[in-house]
Amino acid sequence: MAIFDQAIRRLSLSLSRRRSSLSFSTLSSNPLRVCVVGAGPAGFYTAEKMLKAHQGAEVDIIDRLPTPFGLVRSGVAPDHPETKIVMNQFSKAAQHERCSFFGNVILGSSVSLSELRELYHVVVLAYGAESDRALGIPGEYLSGIHSAREFVWWYNGHPDGKNLSPDLKSTDTAVILGQGNVALDVARILLQSTSVLATTDIASHALEALEQSSIRKVYLVGRRGPAQAACTAKELREVLGIKDLYIHINEVDLHKSPEDEEVLKNNRIHRRVYELLSKAATSAPSHPSSSQRELHFVFFRKPDRFLDSGEGSGRVAGVHFEKTMLKAVGPGKQIAVGTGSYEDLDCGLVLKSIGYKSVPVDGLPFDHEKGNFKRKEKIKGWCTLSDHFCWMCYFIHEKRYKAG
Amino acid sequence: MSRSRLFSRIGAGIVKELSRGQCTAFCRTSFIQRPYSARWQPRVELYPETKGHRGTISQKHRQFSSTATSSDSADGSDLNEMISVAFVDKDGEETDIKVPIGMSMLEAAHENDIELEGACEGSLACSTCHVIVTDMEYYNKLEDPTDEENDMLDLAFGLTETSRLGCQVIAKPELNGMRVALPAATRNFAVDGYVPKPH
Repeated sequence: MAIFDQAIRRLSLSLSRRRSSLSFSTLSSNPLRVCVVGAGPAGFYTAEKMLKAHQGAEVDIIDRLPTPFGLVRSGVAPDHPETKIVMNQFSKAAQHERCSFFGNVILGSSVSLSELRELYHVVVLAYGAESDRALGIPGEYLSGIHSAREFVWWYNGHPDGKNLSPDLKSTDTAVILGQGNVALDVARILLQSTSVLATTDIASHALEALEQSSIRKVYLVGRRGPAQAACTAKELREVLGIKDLYIHINEVDLHKSPEDEEVLKNNRIHRRVYELLSKAATSAPSHPSSSQRELHFVFFRKPDRFLDSGEGSGRVAGVHFEKTMLKAVGPGKQIAVGTGSYEDLDCGLVLKSIGYKSVPVDGLPFDHEKGNFKRKEKIKGWCTLSDHFCWMCYFIHEKRYKAG
Repeated sequence: MSRSRLFSRIGAGIVKELSRGQCTAFCRTSFIQRPYSARWQPRVELYPETKGHRGTISQKHRQFSSTATSSDSADGSDLNEMISVAFVDKDGEETDIKVPIGMSMLEAAHENDIELEGACEGSLACSTCHVIVTDMEYYNKLEDPTDEENDMLDLAFGLTETSRLGCQVIAKPELNGMRVALPAATRNFAVDGYVPKPH
């Protein structure tokens, strides 16, 4: 509570220093006052650029958590410490004399957007996308089904993730929906040897749970094919290189359509990913040894519903998939369409890694379907040149997890 | 004289002053912060498992001594110790600098106040030090990029046939006279090709 009071006191001090006329002048008597909501990479890069571009600009970065850095702290996998080095650069920015960080300030409850508009010339919303896209299929709320985001928060020690307590002991199979970098991260954490994980920054409650985990088989399931996989080469190579791990990819899935060939020709990232998957498919032994853990890449499967064990346990027991095929809908764009043929995969743990949604804030129109702000809509009273400016930070909606 | 040239001359002057008669050691240790705790824990990272890091980490922790013996002579024209490299920024402005053999272009840029970001501090975990080698002749003199460098180049904005990561281009005598261009923008300015319009 004391921290909360302190934050409000500091913001009130800012209010008393506020000048009524907007000026981008370099005079320190009328500095540009900027509030950046969200202390993750988007917020910090914005703050850095503002400090550099405007002499005398004062930037306050606020965050709902007591600690800064957002996804760099809570999203980057614990065995990727080199990606976190950027915190040094952010710390330098925060130590700048015209920059301040306020933790424990929640937009919406500690302070409202309209209050921030009163206090600052510029408000930048860089608070990311902390909610999940839902599949909207039956059984989605059975226990044993989590979003990958929650699972990542759990093993990274995020304060909102510590009570997740995923059950890793009642099953040997996990199904991960999605094949992006986050999906690979969670697969790797489930399959990596705990002696390796013990040398990382992983949260201790997660390490304990993983040491007792009975999970030996992980399926990474995508709706489309290897040429559309959303992961990147570095992460894929890393997961394929886990010691003593049996990798299985159906060679039939590697078949390329003419549209696939076109995509692979023009897109370096997809080409390198496809080549890695292709090599893994053709060089793998035909079956695993008894002690090996297994990673299966499954393509062309769309989840239709979740199966429960039928004993009223309320726990997930498998996923009912519809087989798909690709249909070209535009230049370079193919979508997955159902074929009417189905297949089940038994499992006791499901992690949905299908993308994020942002959370709305009072005072701005929000597109609930897309999970983002209505960027193109003219908002009356917001962008009046004579008074205040408000920018949406384009990092709000994370369509794709950036490498690391 | 352009501002950047003035600054690089001032910077070079300061280095000369500091190193007069003695070696100036540059050494860096990284700080890794434990999740959600307030303590900074200084740690020298060793990544024996990750071969991509071998070169860069040892590079990062190497002690650099400035060439005290030859610093008093005409601006490092002794090719055995330094090479000349020109950085061309996105507006076409050129900055000529001297780079000691063994130093990466990223470090050289930072030493000379050239705006080349290196968010991961040379550990092959980002693409922000992306540079374009303007002449194919010099590009071919560089060692082939490793898989790890290619992984990061995949993500670089405005990738060209002669693009490299500045932290992986190490000065050697054959590169004397090389020109490197800074890309027009970085990933931080355009997400997936989207260019924000002012409103």
